[in-house]
Amino acid sequence: MSAPIQAAPPAILTHGLRKTFGASVAVEGLDLEVGRGEVFGLLGPNGSGKTTTIRMLCGLIEPSAGQATVVGIDVIREPEAVRWRIGYMSQRFGLYDDLTVAENIRFYAGVYGLAGAERTERIARQLEWFSLAGRANQRAGELSGGWKQRLALACATSHDPALVFLDEPTAGVDPASRRLFWSLIRRQAEAGMTVLVTTHYMDEAARCDRLALLSRGHLFAIGTPESITQQFGLPTIEDVFIELQRRDEGVVV
Amino acid sequence: MTRRQRVTQWPFWSMLWKEFVQMRRDRPTLAMMIGVPAIQLVLFGYAIQTEVRHLPTVVLDESHSSESRALVSSLENTGNFTIVGEVRDRVELQERLESGAAEAAVVFDPQFEHDLKRGRAAHAQVIVDAADPLASNGAIAGASQAGAARSLDLLRTVGRGGPSIDVRVRPWYNPGLKSSVYIVPGIIGVLLSMTLVVINSMAIVRERERGTLEQLVVTPIGKTSLMLGKIVPFLLVGYVQITIILVLGRLLFNVPILGSLTTLYLMAFPFIVANLALGLLVSTIAETQAQAMQMGLLVLMPNILLSGFMFPRQAMPVLAQWIGAMLPLTYFLKILRGILLKGIGMEVLWREALILCGFAVGLIALSVRRFRKTIE
Ligand SMILES: Nc1ncnc2c1ncn2[C@@H]1O[C@H](COP(=O)(O)OP(=O)(O)OP(=O)(O)O)[C@@H](O)[C@H]1O
Ligand SMILES: [Mg+2]
Repeated sequence: MSAPIQAAPPAILTHGLRKTFGASVAVEGLDLEVGRGEVFGLLGPNGSGKTTTIRMLCGLIEPSAGQATVVGIDVIREPEAVRWRIGYMSQRFGLYDDLTVAENIRFYAGVYGLAGAERTERIARQLEWFSLAGRANQRAGELSGGWKQRLALACATSHDPALVFLDEPTAGVDPASRRLFWSLIRRQAEAGMTVLVTTHYMDEAARCDRLALLSRGHLFAIGTPESITQQFGLPTIEDVFIELQRRDEGVVV
Repeated sequence: MTRRQRVTQWPFWSMLWKEFVQMRRDRPTLAMMIGVPAIQLVLFGYAIQTEVRHLPTVVLDESHSSESRALVSSLENTGNFTIVGEVRDRVELQERLESGAAEAAVVFDPQFEHDLKRGRAAHAQVIVDAADPLASNGAIAGASQAGAARSLDLLRTVGRGGPSIDVRVRPWYNPGLKSSVYIVPGIIGVLLSMTLVVINSMAIVRERERGTLEQLVVTPIGKTSLMLGKIVPFLLVGYVQITIILVLGRLLFNVPILGSLTTLYLMAFPFIVANLALGLLVSTIAETQAQAMQMGLLVLMPNILLSGFMFPRQAMPVLAQWIGAMLPLTYFLKILRGILLKGIGMEVLWREALILCGFAVGLIALSVRRFRKTIE
């Protein structure tokens, strides 16, 4: 910690990360390296192990084998230490429907130890950054998909984490909201936050700095969107994805 | 962007704040927490009051006198007894009681009138099927009322120092007979353990169902903050419930409050905490709110049956006594009855209070241990 600052450790570094549920393998020998400030996309068909990977990296579930370092801290040995430095937006958003927009942010900021004037300031900032000010006093349960999604991101980043995990943040959200959301993601990344995001939308995949393609828990390809399409000799990421799914399920699409 | 997070506040306070905001907004649950004890108490009390009316009663009159007939009509006049027939001997009396055709019997010795005439206390016996403590309670009240009324009549006709009628009630099947004032304090304990266990376990399972628990678990909030955040608000609910039942019990059923309320509220603390911790424990096992509800009811059954609320523990088989000894309610009932009905305090009940504290600490430790900050 106090050693002279060398190159900052990567945001995520895993080696042979593996997770089994009973007899079935959800993630198999994953080696991943995500640099600081990257917007890193995790792609793969349903059940390919994206959520499981994120949960392991957040310390929500214990890996069956392998190592994982997140923002320089060993997640398996020190899950609590990692938690201060990361944010997580789950597939289910994790909002309290009976709290207002501002109250949800206040709660999560408070749980991360923010208090007093600092917290008040942070709530105001998040409301503004995520275009939520207009509905600050509306119950989260009454919001539409796009608003909920932005609120969830505001909650997950209220403590300025070094790294944020977004698990299918744009599922079921209209195109305009998705575009707005991605501009927010980009802005966070420019401010230095590393973003690991999963998605099923190919236009979103193309907006990532780098991608990892998962299939049945295996890492299939990793690299910039361009390098991946080149690697597979296919015109778009979507084609690669469909090819993947075809191999995966043995079906012809 | 700041990379180091300054910790300025214990996450517990945010948890507590959130719980209170949610509690205030969740009107149905709030209504349930306050309404259920009130409704249960009134229903229970209503049952007590109807049970005691019109007990089917048979008469075994071996004195065949006008005095015995006068007492029978006095008994009937109390409204607690309805005479359904005469029996010839004790064998027939027993048959009637056992078959359930009668729930009470009045027995006069051959020398009933003789005793009265000679200025001695005359004894009549009222036999009650006391398996139903509420019914027998009514019988006792009715019998002593009728006895007193007849004595007074005799006093008027015979003058001072005259004979008296002493109606003895002999409860069958249930030697440790209870009165309604004995049961109502118990309701406080039973309702507290029921609502607190269920409400608290559902509160956590709801977070799991809605996906907010997963979100909470990735925050640095400690297990202790999480658990305490769920316990403290409901502690308040527990005290509100005690107060409601006490006030209603006093107004509707004349439950006496002989001892110190401060002592009672003080001793309620470990009891409430123990029940809330039990709710937490249930929530670590239950996966849906419906399951939590069912498990809560499962916890309720031994509490009602084995704690001494309904049946005296001394009369139970050893195993049942052992199970009863593992229920916080068993000890809290002693405290409730001791303070409310006997007016005793800490100097007698310190052992029960200590045991409850043990339960509270033990159950909290157990539920904190069992609760994992993972979501498998
Ligand atoms: N708690 C669990 N118990 C058992 N199996 C599980 C559990 N969680 C995930 N799995 C299995 O692990 C595999 C990977 O699941 P995961 O949720 O990580 O996929 P995913 O890529 O996130 O899928 P989706 O795109 O549908 O969100 C699936 O086969 C799933 O059934
Ligand atoms: Mg998923």
